[in-house]
Amino acid sequence: MHMLVCGGTGCRASASDMLFDNLKKELQEQGLQDEVQVVTTGCFGFCEKGPIVKMIPDNTFYVSVEPGDAKEIVAEHVVKGRRVERLLYVDPVNKKQIADSKGMGFYKKQIRIALRNCGLIDPENIYEYLAADGYEAMGKVLTEMTPEDAIQEMIDSGLRGRGGGGFPTGVKWQIASKVSADQKYVVCNADEGDPGAFMDRSILEGDPHSVLEAMVINGYCIGATNGLIYIRAEYPLAINRLKIAIKQAREYGLLGKDILGSGFDFDVEIRYGAGAFVCGEETALIHSMEGERGEPTFKPPFPAQSGYLGKPTNVNNVETFANVPVIYNKCAKWFAGIGTEKSKGTKVFALAGKINNVGLIEVPMGITLREVIFEIGGGIKDGKKFKAVQTGGPSGGCLTEKHLDTPIDFDNLLAVGSMMGSGGMIVMDEDDCMVAVAKFYLDFTVEESCGKCSPCRIGNKRLYELLEKITKGQADKEDLDNLRNLCMVIRDTSLCGLGQTSPNPVLSTMDNFMAEYIAHVEDDRCPSGVCKDLIRYEIIPENCVGCTACARNCPVNCIAGERKQLHTIDQSLCIKCGACLEKCKFNAVAII
Amino acid sequence: MIKLTIDNRTVEVEKGTTIYHAAKKLDIDIPTLCYMNLGDLKIEHKPGGCRVCVVEVEGRRNLAPACATECFEGMVVQTHSIRVLNARKTVLELILSDHPFDCLICAKSGNCDLQDMAIKMGVRSIPYQGEKSTYKPDFSPAIIRDMDKCIMCRRCETMCNDFQTVGVLSGVNRGFEAVVAPAFERDLDHSECTYCGQCVAVCPTGALTEVDHTTQLIRDLADPAKKMVVQTAPAVRAALGEAFEMEPGSLVTGKMVAALRRLGFDYVFDTDFAADLTIMEEGTELLDRLTRFLDGDKKVKLPMLTSCCPGWVNFFEYHFPDMRDIPSTARSPQQMFGSIAKSYFADQINTKREDMVVVSVMPCVAKKYECTREEFSVNGNPDVDYSISTRELAMLIKRSNMDFNRLPEEDFDQPMGESTGAAVIFGTTGGVIEAAVRSAYEIHTGKTLKKIDFEQLRGIDGIRSASVDFDGIEINIGIAHGLGHARKLLEDIKAGRSDYHAIEIMACPGGCVGGGGQPLHHGNPAIIKARQKAIYREDAGKPIRKSHENPAIIKLYEDFLGKPMSEKAHHLLHTHYFDKKQKDVLLD
Repeated sequence: MHMLVCGGTGCRASASDMLFDNLKKELQEQGLQDEVQVVTTGCFGFCEKGPIVKMIPDNTFYVSVEPGDAKEIVAEHVVKGRRVERLLYVDPVNKKQIADSKGMGFYKKQIRIALRNCGLIDPENIYEYLAADGYEAMGKVLTEMTPEDAIQEMIDSGLRGRGGGGFPTGVKWQIASKVSADQKYVVCNADEGDPGAFMDRSILEGDPHSVLEAMVINGYCIGATNGLIYIRAEYPLAINRLKIAIKQAREYGLLGKDILGSGFDFDVEIRYGAGAFVCGEETALIHSMEGERGEPTFKPPFPAQSGYLGKPTNVNNVETFANVPVIYNKCAKWFAGIGTEKSKGTKVFALAGKINNVGLIEVPMGITLREVIFEIGGGIKDGKKFKAVQTGGPSGGCLTEKHLDTPIDFDNLLAVGSMMGSGGMIVMDEDDCMVAVAKFYLDFTVEESCGKCSPCRIGNKRLYELLEKITKGQADKEDLDNLRNLCMVIRDTSLCGLGQTSPNPVLSTMDNFMAEYIAHVEDDRCPSGVCKDLIRYEIIPENCVGCTACARNCPVNCIAGERKQLHTIDQSLCIKCGACLEKCKFNAVAII
Repeated sequence: MIKLTIDNRTVEVEKGTTIYHAAKKLDIDIPTLCYMNLGDLKIEHKPGGCRVCVVEVEGRRNLAPACATECFEGMVVQTHSIRVLNARKTVLELILSDHPFDCLICAKSGNCDLQDMAIKMGVRSIPYQGEKSTYKPDFSPAIIRDMDKCIMCRRCETMCNDFQTVGVLSGVNRGFEAVVAPAFERDLDHSECTYCGQCVAVCPTGALTEVDHTTQLIRDLADPAKKMVVQTAPAVRAALGEAFEMEPGSLVTGKMVAALRRLGFDYVFDTDFAADLTIMEEGTELLDRLTRFLDGDKKVKLPMLTSCCPGWVNFFEYHFPDMRDIPSTARSPQQMFGSIAKSYFADQINTKREDMVVVSVMPCVAKKYECTREEFSVNGNPDVDYSISTRELAMLIKRSNMDFNRLPEEDFDQPMGESTGAAVIFGTTGGVIEAAVRSAYEIHTGKTLKKIDFEQLRGIDGIRSASVDFDGIEINIGIAHGLGHARKLLEDIKAGRSDYHAIEIMACPGGCVGGGGQPLHHGNPAIIKARQKAIYREDAGKPIRKSHENPAIIKLYEDFLGKPMSEKAHHLLHTHYFDKKQKDVLLD
């Protein structure tokens, strides 16, 4: 019997490491340490209900497990063969307990390729990776295939870059392979910067060898013997597991000189980034690795021509690399059989926002937003109404009800004014103000712009200020025209992808939710009741019973009223924190 | 060759040509702001940052920066479609929205690339108003940084890092807070800045300017108790005319003298006098080192490097302090002048040094710093009180209601106005060493030069080398202008790869003619070359062209100094250098 304990950053933050220790201790006490293996794995994806413990072979899926639950799990499940019912997942719709993860809506529609080993193997143990067909693809490529054949296989698979650009991976490799140079580099872009996206981190934490294996294959294909992983320093667990993986791979001759007797040398080094969003852009990433200021430069030259230290460099994202070994193990045709016509395979999304099942999912390209949000995601929290979904990270667009049946792939998302990006997916409900949402994203891009080109440096700041004006009810109709013009110019003139896409949240919300903008500008009203300057809290006399709950919880003491008497809010003092609304059990506080 | 269409006209260009240059071939002038190309000086700056030069390329999703986008076969470009014009104007409005509106009182007003662009685009309002960046102004002894006016063109960075390899200026912070600054946003004074002023020379706005000494000068000129002495560097006369709409390369020596006299200076002298003196000292030092070297003295350090350029002196004090025994100990002409003026000349006119104000007019901003160096003062009284740039002189002349173009040609006063052609060429790269060779050759060989012009030492390449036959001995000479080029020569010396006997180094492109205090060239390298030509013209027209034949210098040695490198000369005309690497730049 195996007990798989999630050791991803999320579950560890909820003490899964302590849980692991307790499980071991309990087993020891029962004398079962030899019969039952406790394994720390990478992320299961179902972060909403972590820490996760999965029992093998019966697939029992325990959720929200605390260190103190270890005793009961061992005593009941292991010793007596009885499931601990209270730790089972409860379906939010039909309220039924589901024991086997395969029966959960969250997993039903997923196909896990990039995440195949996450939540399954111990990332710190190379044997487990080897047992899961690890390094088999590398062996096959190095010993049975020419670089040309291997590149062709990659082209045939139709794999496209998962970092956001969606450039065909095989073609990228081919370009780099054709440039002649004394030295070339393979770079793994692990500078995951989209707020809320954590697929790269999860892969590196859960299956670091898959990335190393892919980098060796990539090096062989383009003629590079050096690999560099650019990872942000705030991913300590991923860095640690990568270091362990690199050390183990070297020990087993899977990295270093003459790999598997093929005569091919390849080694990998780790480079740390300071966590700038723009360093996900490949030229900025390369400059950062060179010790220069992390800012993009004009392309061409592309990194494939002149990259790290002026040498031809192929940069691929973590998730892209994670797909690579499987393609060689199972063949390009198999991979190309998944997905849509122009987007093959799967995509990992970080589901977040007002949704029941927050977490990391991997779905085939072509799945609809509706399936993702309502089946995998379990629908909107608290029975609220779906309003919008933002895909593609901070510079993606906000899509609405009418886009829910759009099959998700690179081109379809672009066509409807959003993008795939690195796979962030944030769901909004009726309580979200779309102007405030756009402002929220702009706040991020203003912070993360490198400042090199004027439209991004100053333009985004001005966009933010215009949005602020709107949310304060100080804007007029001309500001809306200026807003749109500014968006178009920033998109049209910015140097890199950051600026070229940063107006997307504004443009897409203007396209899909113009009425909300008009309400802010013309009626000084925030229809969702979010923008503080445009709302006020009032007590509805017929509902107020004088329970004093609102007055007791008001942080600025601006609510007056005796017990069992009608309460009133002093608007001049109210800071609009919403505590009264939250505390009132009689629906007597309303946003006006 | 590549064929493309720009604004419905066809043009053929070589592969690798950018849209900007292809358009130039059709006389289409695409506006630029951050772009800078100094041609022969091999400085091309095209970060593609300002986005003012964007154009529409058929089939391309977004607009393309003309300065950085290469042409391709069949390319169709529109440089003034409505989409382009709107984007260009909006981008400019954005830049202006984060720029102070104090044009009326800005040091760069009337000479500002951003102002010119606003005029060209017809900007009449800024629809995108908002927060403006504000920074603490940085006052160093030579350069003022007012980063509120920085538009992030990064030209200064290219000059400081790529051309000069000084590496003081770089982009710091992110997004709206991004600005060019020394590391940790410290002051220039707490950085390794050499004050070469090339950042100032290329700054398109008023973000980088020189310290202004004109007010102080006007006050001193009005003080009857002060004996006002002025010296003018050779490169000034070859550039000052530009400030009065004259063609670049116009020589205005006589008018400049007249103007200075009318400003109220009691004595209008020439730094060239001191340049001749420099040759006497430096040339003698070179001959001395050379003779000892050839005699097998192992302690002698060769090559000897020139020491006239204060930016260069700062550079080796910061970056090569362990090699500070290589440069000549001779002070720069500015400082030799001050030292002689406040001793020899002050005695002649019975004036105490405290009552004399020595002002220099320099093509340079580092000279402002140089005269503040402690070793160049006596009991706290500086040999040169302060230095003004060519630009400041032009402004003073304008303020004093003179019609510069109609001024008569006047001569310098004597004795410190007497100079030779050798001194004049100090103003260009290769000039100091040519002047030294002219004298050293004749002094060493006892023969008269048949041909005074050493063409092999002239030119504009960053690093040049030549051999001069000193009557059987081959003297190898190296020349570098730009500190990046100097660095290469120094690294060669350090690695033992250098077989030069003497090296001339100037910090600025083209030498002093391209100095940081000169009228702005606005990215046109032809201006620097025209000034260089003017310098050689002035030299060719001089009756005496060898420093050791300057009668005033001969008299100075006879009456006062004795001979070159005498004890008195050492005291007054030589200096020593410091290890500035030890200066802890992180401590205030």
